[in-house]
Amino acid sequence: MSQEFEFEKPIIELEKRLSDLRSLSEEGNIDLSREISAIAEKIEAMKSDIFHSLEPWQVAQVARHLDRPSTLDYVKLLCGDSFVELKGDRLFADDPAMICGFGRFGSIATAIIGHQKGHDTEENIYRNFGMPHPEGYRKSRRVMHLAEKFRKPIIVFIDTPGAFPGIGAEERGQSEAIARSIMEMSRMRVPILCFIIGEGGSGGALAVGIGDRVYMLEHAIYSVISAEGCAAILWKDGAKARDAAAALKFRSTDLLEAGIIDAILPEPLGGAHRNAEFVANAIGDIIQKELPSLMALPADLLLKKRYEKFRAMGKFKLEQDSEHA
Amino acid sequence: MSWFSRLTGSKKPDIPSDLWKKCPNCGEVLINKDLPRNLFLCSKCDHHLRMPIWDRIALLTDDNSFVEFDSDMESQDPLNFIDSAAYPDRIKKAVESTDSFEAVTVGEARLEGREIMLGVMNFDFMGGSMGSVVGEKLTRLMERAIERRMPTVIVSASGGARMQEGIYSLMQMAKTSQAVALLNEAGLPYVSLLTDPTTGGVSASFAMLGDVHIAEPEALIGFAGPRVIEQTIRQKLPEGFQRSDFLLSHGHIDMVIHRRQLKPTLSKLFSLLL
Repeated sequence: MSQEFEFEKPIIELEKRLSDLRSLSEEGNIDLSREISAIAEKIEAMKSDIFHSLEPWQVAQVARHLDRPSTLDYVKLLCGDSFVELKGDRLFADDPAMICGFGRFGSIATAIIGHQKGHDTEENIYRNFGMPHPEGYRKSRRVMHLAEKFRKPIIVFIDTPGAFPGIGAEERGQSEAIARSIMEMSRMRVPILCFIIGEGGSGGALAVGIGDRVYMLEHAIYSVISAEGCAAILWKDGAKARDAAAALKFRSTDLLEAGIIDAILPEPLGGAHRNAEFVANAIGDIIQKELPSLMALPADLLLKKRYEKFRAMGKFKLEQDSEHA
Repeated sequence: MSWFSRLTGSKKPDIPSDLWKKCPNCGEVLINKDLPRNLFLCSKCDHHLRMPIWDRIALLTDDNSFVEFDSDMESQDPLNFIDSAAYPDRIKKAVESTDSFEAVTVGEARLEGREIMLGVMNFDFMGGSMGSVVGEKLTRLMERAIERRMPTVIVSASGGARMQEGIYSLMQMAKTSQAVALLNEAGLPYVSLLTDPTTGGVSASFAMLGDVHIAEPEALIGFAGPRVIEQTIRQKLPEGFQRSDFLLSHGHIDMVIHRRQLKPTLSKLFSLLL
């Protein structure tokens, strides 16, 4: 494993002991099966304990795990060879932090859009750590329009720390690129399913997050600002990220309760990176189950429901009545 | 001159400090009571200081024509958010110091006789941050514009999303942006007037979706704040970066207009578009 968390250390130690016992048993031809199964059981129990009581700050770490399956990992597992990547925004450049194309989920051909992170430093530098520039959002907008033109649904994988804050990004209009993506996505006349698979980082995530259904992996996060950024601004101390993480309520369970997402997809114990196929299957099942009924809706009704979905988000109160949800 | 100002050579007038302020651009001493009459422009260098919302509304609309909507809409605290202060306390403080309930004031008014829908953001209210109330008021404003077939003007001044409302504040970007889409489909003009500063979730939603983008001179307008960019790329930003002229030369806004010319410019535009 390329990345270990402090809270995983007891599990990793036991796993090492387990593999030591296994090799000892094989090499020495000794029957250690009872010890081995006892440790294996203990590991599962410990994983269950630890991963069922993660703090928000720990969930954020799992969501950002280097080995966490990325957009392309899921596309490969679900679409296999059917995926055709499309590049470039036709205006300035291609953005490797955003993946676009078409592929087939079972019998259904769809457009596919997703932020793309790397699994190591080299890949992450190439992918800009999954932080798109304006050209990334203009590319995905272009491909959404292709989907609309050819009446194909759109599947979106969300996994970004946020849109990139840099000189070039500002020169080329990061704000406008995000705003227009949100606005036009809200009017795409084809069904859109969004899956938040890792980090849903602020406007950079929302830019491709206007779905008819929005799903979230159990240990994914979705937040208006990173815990570090929030701590630096409100606590004036980046080291308070743990407090900020708790305050922001960005876990899947929080967002389901808030009515922001439609459902949570459970992850294998220890996180999605421990069994990407398990998660991919769950995503595939949702797509097979939800798309046909959404595709059967008249486009006007689809748009009306999508508008109402986001229209209803927010909490405020008026003097004459007590409160609005 | 007092002995102190003679010693230091500064030009502080001999009046209590809450009665004047210095121009952030040239350092000229400006007497507070003269500011409204001067439209909050520096009398020496013409720098555009931040303008209080009611002065802004008076600037852009015909006398006594503004009728406010949703003035009683108040924030909730859906996350029970506490940083160094509790969110409800921050709201209370902002209400007391600004004399408004929230970071945007919306209503209908006449502009050189023409009926318009007008929203004005208030940077003094928690940095003009957009939470549920700002998103809801602006969305209602645009929906009313569609019902009544009227043009919309939104004056932005905001640091971005209101962190204390977490994901709800992020979703206001979606709510307001999709409302702009409906304005577009209804064929109604929407002018976004960008004032100092307009950044973050506000610039990355309705503020950058106008049919026409007008900025006041030297306003800071961008996605990320300059400090965040400097920390990310570890270099100093060039002079004038993210200021109005920078946006004009990069093609993101249509014009940079002096405050005195805003109302006639808007009126001229609407007469051509409607």
